[in-house]
Order: sequence, then C-alpha cells, then structure tokens
Amino acid sequence: MAGRSSTRAGTIGFLRTHKALALGMAIVALVLAAALVSLVWTPYPIDVLSVPDRLQGSSLAHPFGTDQFGRDMLSMLMVGARTSIAVALVAVGIGILVGVPLGLVAAARGGWLDEGLMRANDLVFAFPALLSAVMITAILGPGAVNAILAIGIFNIPVFARVARGGALSLKSREFVLAARVAGKGEIRIIAEHILPNIANLLIVQGTIQFSLGILAEAGLSYVGLGAQPPLASWGRMLNEAQTMMALAPSLALYPGLAIVITVLGLNLMGDGLRDLLDPRLKRRVA
Amino acid sequence: MSGLFAIEGLDVAIHGTPILKGVSLEIARGETFGLVGESGSGKSMTALAAMQLLPHGAQARGRILLDGADVLSLSEAAMCRLRGRRIGMVFQEPMTALNPVKTIGEQIAEGLVLHLRLSRADAMERARQLLDRVGLTRAKVAPERFPHQLSGGQRQRVVIAMAIACRPDLLIADEPTTALDVTIQAQILSLIREIADTEKMGCLLISHDLAVVAEMADRVAIMKDGEIVESGRTAALFANLQHPYSKALMAASNHVPKRPKGPPRTPASHGTLPILSVRELVRSYPQPRRSIFRAAEPFIAVDKVSFEIRAGQSVGLVGESGCGKSTLARALLGLEAPNGGTIEVLGQDPNAARGATREAVHRAVQVVFQDPYGSFNPRHRIGRVVAEPLHLLRGEISAREMRERVAEALVEVGLSEADMAKYPHEFSGGQRQRVAIARALVTRPKLIVADEPVSALDVSIRAQILDLFADLRARHGLAYLFISHDLSVVRAITDDVMVMNGGKIVERGKTARVFDHPRHPYTRMLVAAAPRLADALAIRAAIEDERTGP
Repeated sequence: MAGRSSTRAGTIGFLRTHKALALGMAIVALVLAAALVSLVWTPYPIDVLSVPDRLQGSSLAHPFGTDQFGRDMLSMLMVGARTSIAVALVAVGIGILVGVPLGLVAAARGGWLDEGLMRANDLVFAFPALLSAVMITAILGPGAVNAILAIGIFNIPVFARVARGGALSLKSREFVLAARVAGKGEIRIIAEHILPNIANLLIVQGTIQFSLGILAEAGLSYVGLGAQPPLASWGRMLNEAQTMMALAPSLALYPGLAIVITVLGLNLMGDGLRDLLDPRLKRRVA
Repeated sequence: MSGLFAIEGLDVAIHGTPILKGVSLEIARGETFGLVGESGSGKSMTALAAMQLLPHGAQARGRILLDGADVLSLSEAAMCRLRGRRIGMVFQEPMTALNPVKTIGEQIAEGLVLHLRLSRADAMERARQLLDRVGLTRAKVAPERFPHQLSGGQRQRVVIAMAIACRPDLLIADEPTTALDVTIQAQILSLIREIADTEKMGCLLISHDLAVVAEMADRVAIMKDGEIVESGRTAALFANLQHPYSKALMAASNHVPKRPKGPPRTPASHGTLPILSVRELVRSYPQPRRSIFRAAEPFIAVDKVSFEIRAGQSVGLVGESGCGKSTLARALLGLEAPNGGTIEVLGQDPNAARGATREAVHRAVQVVFQDPYGSFNPRHRIGRVVAEPLHLLRGEISAREMRERVAEALVEVGLSEADMAKYPHEFSGGQRQRVAIARALVTRPKLIVADEPVSALDVSIRAQILDLFADLRARHGLAYLFISHDLSVVRAITDDVMVMNGGKIVERGKTARVFDHPRHPYTRMLVAAAPRLADALAIRAAIEDERTGP
C-alpha cells in the first residue's frame, strides 16, 4: 500500500505549501464550530431581553459587547452563524440534488432534451439571482425556509452546467466506452464512472456556491425577507444596527466582519481545493 | 571549429534529478543528425536545452556552441534574438504549435517582422513565398486561412515554413511526423530533407522511429536514460551496433512474434460458423445543412463493408486516420448502431438481441483500446477494472469465481494476483496495456477487437505486447481484428488483412500477399510510403560508400 500512504503524505505536504487553503479551512472550521456549539450552548440566551445591560462595550462578560436590547453580541453572532450555514447548506443541497441529475441527463441523452434543459438554464441565469429571490420571498412571504428555496433555485443551473460539462468530456473517454462494451447501462456508468470523476468539480463549485449562499442570505435578511425574529441572522443584525450607527458603530462592525471573513474563508478553501483536487497540479507540487 | 553546432558534455538536472548526463554531439552545415531513443530518454530535453527552453527548475551545465559561441551563457534577451532567427524548431503536434486565432500568413510573418525588421506588407509577401516553398501554393491554401481549416499535413508544412522563415542555420525537428499518417509522413520528411539540403542548414532530427532516422540522417546518436550510448555514420553504425541497448532496440524494431506451429486450436463446437459476419455495413453521420431547402448529404464513414472472421483467425484492418476504421470498430462493438447492413456475432444481431442472448453476444467480443492512460477509470483499483466485463455474467458466477477469473486473467497477461489492489497510475504504459488485455480476456471471448493497441508504446514494449497477443492466440484460439495504421505491426501479427480507404475496403487478402504484391493503387501508395529500416539502411550504405570511395 505504498501508493496510498504516499498520497496521504502528499496531501499534508500540499497543505503546508498551500497556506491559503490551510487558512481557509481554519476559518471555515471556526465558523462551523461556533454554529454547532450554539445548538447546545450560548454564553447568554438570545431571546431574553435585558434592557439595563444595553449597549455595553466589550468586557470579560461580553467580549463583543451587547446590543440595544441588552443581548450578548457573541451569542447573537454564534446563532447567526448557524442560520447562515443552515440556509446556505440546504440551498447548495437543492442545487446539487436537482441540478446534477439534470446536467447528467442532458449530457447522456443529448439532442432536443439537452437543448431544452440548457435553454431553461439560461432563462434562470438571465435574471439577477438576488432580485428574483426578493420576488419569490415577496410572493411566498418572508422567512428562512422561503429564503432557502429562493437561493436554492438559483443554484440549480450552476450545478447542471458543471455536471453536464464534466460528463460530456468523460463520455467519449475509453474507460466509459469499455464499460459500455461490458454491457453496463447508462445509470450504472454514471454512478461508477462519471460521478466519481466529476466529484472534485462539484466540491469546488459547492464551496463557492456556499459562500454566495451566505451572502445572499445576509442580503435577504438585511431587507427583512430572510430569517425572522427571534432567530438571529447576520444580515438582520446589520439591519438593526443601522439605526444605532452613530451611538454604537461596533454593532454593525461585528456581523459585517463575520460575513466578510466567512466568505473569504470559503473562497480561499474553494480555490485551494481546486488546486488540491487537480491531479496535474498535485503531481507538480509533490 | 568545423561544426556549425556542437553540444559538449551537457548535463541537465531538474530539481536535482539528473535528466541528461554528459551529452555531446556535433552537427556540420548541411548535415542531418538523428537522435533516437525511447520516451524518457532525454531526446526532447536535448532540443529544449539547445533553445534554452528548459522547464522551470532545470539547471544546465556544459557547453552548447553555435558557430563557436556558447549559447548557455547568453542572456534571455540575446536568446530571444537567436530563437527563430538562427535556430528554427518544428514540433510534433502541428495543431498545438499554431495559434488558432491568427491566420497562417500572420503567424509566418510574425518572426520576420520581429527578427528581420521587415514591414508588415513585406513580411506578408515573404510569407506567401514561404508557403509556396513548402508546397502550399496560393491556389490551394491562401495565407488568410486559419489553422483549423487545414489538414494535419498542411499544418505541419506551415510549422516548417515558420521555422525556416528567417533562414536559420540550424533546424530542430522534434518528432515532426509522429502525429501524421504514413503517406503524409513521407511527404513531410522529403520536404525537410530538400529544404535542409538546398539551404545548407544543419538539421537535428529527433525521433523514436529507427526507420525514419535511417532514411533521413547522415549521422545518428542513440540515447538511453539521458546518455548517448552510441553514435556514428548511419549505415556504419547500424551495421555494427556495439552497445547492448542499441542491439535490443534494433531487434525490437524488427520484431516479429513467433507464429504458433500449425493451425491454432479451434473449438470444434463452432465448426465453420463465423464468429463475426458483417454484410454491407453502412454508418453515416448527418452534416449541418448548407441550405434551408435541402438537407445536407450525410457523411458516410463506413460504406457497404462486408467481411467475416472465423474462430482463431487474425485479421488486420489498415488505413489512415479518418478512413472509418475506428467507426467500424465501434459499430462491431455495439457502441453505435449501423445505418444499414447487418452485423452478426455467432449468428445473432448484437443490436437486436436482448437479455441472455445479448449478453452471450457481448461476452464473445471484447475490446482493447489504444490509449493505455485513458482506458481505465483512475479511481478504480485494477481488480475492479478487470472485473468490469464480468457484469455480463452477473448471476451466473459467484463473487469468488469472479475474483478467480480476474486473477487468472492477470496471470495470463504476465501480471500477478497482487496487482488487483493497485491503481492504474501505479503501472507503466506497457503494463497498463497488459491490464487492458486482461480486461478483454476475463469473459473468455472468441474475438478481441484491438484498436491501435500498440501505437502509444515504445518499440521494445510494443514487441512484448505483440508477443503477448500471439501467445494468447496460440493458447486460446482467439480471433483478432487488429486495427492499425502501422503496416509493420499488422504484418507481424495477422494472417489476413483488409485495407480501408474512404469508408470502403479497397483490397483484402493474405497479409504477405497484400503487402508484397499490392494490387490496388491506394495499397501500393501506402506500402511505398511506409519507411522500412532495411531498405533505408541499404540506400544509406550506398551513399556512404560513394562518399568514402575514390
């Protein structure tokens, strides 16, 4: 098993040389940990208002201070991370579960079905995603679930395109022909040969869509169409901090920083994964 | 300093790994020097060192002299003046060597404007003359054409025109004809020879093909693992090879696998029933319509082809790229439905058969592809790769039996059971081709369709794989349909041969008869164009005698 262990050593060595990927993964791990911890414990409950403690600066008891209702900012940020991640994750999931099969079917069948599916994709692409998300939530009513749906719909064509492109380039490869000579059907070939070989494309695209999803959720919540109170969300925290800009600018600073750093971390991770999963680049580094 | 170009004790290392070790050679004005070796021997690296185009992280030591001046000590700016001006280069792959978004005229003119400071109009005029010079007359190929509008041979002519545009002193040709068909190869080689002769250029010809080098080069060096093992005047060198590696290379180039004694074992149950019988097979592709009133004529890739293959018979299919031989193979394998005619495998139509019959039909015909790198899923272990066709036997044999079959097939092709746990990238090209053959053997087929199975392999590996094919046939009475553009390979392994051109089979018969006494004009042209080592060496020897004589 010399081959396996050398691959593993190669991955660790790659992380050491590829500092951006390591940094991105560290940031994402931190945000993920905060979100998971918030499920069972936050320093203070976020649905209990404590007006006497409002607008405190940072202290040992409240590292990031408190907001205008006296809620602990750290606890709010942790719950906000959970909301952002949940919304973005489910939205990416919708994109992958619907988009990838569509793309694969288009690649496998070709002809008018391919043409029809891809033109429908173009139609969805033609509308600015956030604007249409505003429209969808305006019709269905504001709320986290509808935000997920709206963002998810716009992930579908992205994944359909990636899957179709990857599958088309694999379709004429000799190992796929060999599988057809072995009498294997379309679905088996997709499961055994196509999907594992486009997985890296999908992972990289997934990371990037994830960060876009977090941005979209923050945007929708900011205009009041995303998560509703008492659920905390980075976007709504920004919105609420707006009125207090002059009194307590740090209320806007922290959620804003949380969004920027999380998106940055995800993008660094996406770029790094692209390099790591590209066997040609990997061989050059190792 | 009599020589035009000399390399003295060149060492090249990439990240500390030595690639070239003490390479020395000398080329006189008007002389063609052949550099021969298998992949990884360092021949291309030598050319890149001469152009100072070594990959990142490479260090070169030694001396590379052009007219007595050391190229290695030149600055990058001085090198830029040298490249294209004094040293021209012809690359292997004519498609990637040309810029797809510029016209061929512009690409030839570019070097002239840069090096000779010609005005754009003068450079274009000169480019036109150069295209004439390489045989692309204005009537045939205008300089306003783009690379994708030309054929492979025409593109290589454009690359040669670019290389000689500034009348360089030295022309480096790195595998200039490897990507081309034999008939085109003959034309390009004679063009290079003629230009080097009349312009009195030195020429460094790099090739893996001994016959090509013997035909072209005045002197030859044989490379192995970054070292020149032997060099000298072409005919004299080949007549008296000293180094064991050169001898092995020569033997592998002329290799003919041992034929089984007597007729191969034929399973009695099939009697005279052919394994494969093809009648009037047509496969055509629709073309984009040119007019809205009339659909375009379909492109006919395979045009009314009929033949039969009987048990234990080895049949060759020869033709140049685009003649329809691979399309025919795909139709036989059931990968593409024919537009007309019939295919019968063991008396059944593979496209109409369903269920158990269909699986029996597919089990009888298996395939070995050309590319030893593209024919396996890189994420599957060899055990799974080889077991794939056993999908056709699902429900008939147990998992243990499947494993045994896979192990058996691997042993058959000279690998071991332990290799089942490895991944494809852990094997060399030749070993991968063995794995591909094991995958074809695992269903115990009657017929193996081999589409250019040795084209991507070095000569010594090629000889081993051909031996394996011959051996498997002797032991199992397998029939082959052996598709290749390489006449020497087909001659070595087949009893009967079919020559295909423009979708039609133009000549067929016993292999020896067809190649020794071709009847159809196309076959004659094909046979004449294929370089033959023995003939080339005889001509070379005559020239050398003449020169050294009184």
